[in-house]
Amino acid sequence: MSALPTPPQAPQLSRRARGFGRVLIVLYGLLAIAATGRSVLQLATDFERAPLPYSLSALAAVVYIVATVALVIPRESWWRVAVITIGFELLFVLVVGTLTVVDPSLFPQKTVWSVYGMYYAFVPLVLPVVGLFWLRRTRPVPAAAAAASGD
Amino acid sequence: MIAGLAYVEIGIAVVVGLLAVVLGLVGRRPDDISIGATALVELALVVQIVVAIVAPLVGNAPTGDLVEFWIYLVTAALLPPVAVLWGLVDRGRWSTVVLGVASLAVAVMLWRMLQIWTVQQA
Repeated sequence: MSALPTPPQAPQLSRRARGFGRVLIVLYGLLAIAATGRSVLQLATDFERAPLPYSLSALAAVVYIVATVALVIPRESWWRVAVITIGFELLFVLVVGTLTVVDPSLFPQKTVWSVYGMYYAFVPLVLPVVGLFWLRRTRPVPAAAAAASGD
Repeated sequence: MIAGLAYVEIGIAVVVGLLAVVLGLVGRRPDDISIGATALVELALVVQIVVAIVAPLVGNAPTGDLVEFWIYLVTAALLPPVAVLWGLVDRGRWSTVVLGVASLAVAVMLWRMLQIWTVQQA
């Protein structure tokens, strides 16, 4: 790893977009594509049939797209956006997951978050936890003191 | 879609995916092995595209939504080239892991395509 020189003009990337962060970006990008595809299909074909789960699918798509973008953009403020969207994702997979287990009739159609993301191999449950740990490790340095109490 | 062929394709994608993830985690940059293996997955997808065009013409029609099927297939076929491009631009060990993640995603999507073709009701 150390033998080869780094490229002369390495693009300006955030710390969270380096190393393992790239895999995280790819995973979030894939989930964004999956959620968007599913959502567009559901909204275009039969929205009336299940407005709540279909709206949730659309919300999931937006959350994953914003999270992906926030991981890529180097600006410090986007670190906070990443924390908020990924935290939101974790909250929703837990809430929707619990609701679908307690009362499946609430969600007759699947969403990415149904049964804690079981239909997506629990990736929607594991990813936000990994993501938040990664964001903790890559917290922007200058903001560390100020943000220490804020999250 | 032909079930036997689909299983072979899923098997290839899983093996290639795991191989690339492991190669990446042990510190290998994208090389002939990981990129070649990913190209194999793309080849399998090209074969699948041909099969998906021909199959309905010879009486093997899908039971599920053909539009949804093709969205999956086209998206899946885009993943390996994008991952390889990424690996050529950004030559780090994590790009090898990205190659693996792409192939594993292709495996999941092939599985879903098979479900749409064989068990989903239109």
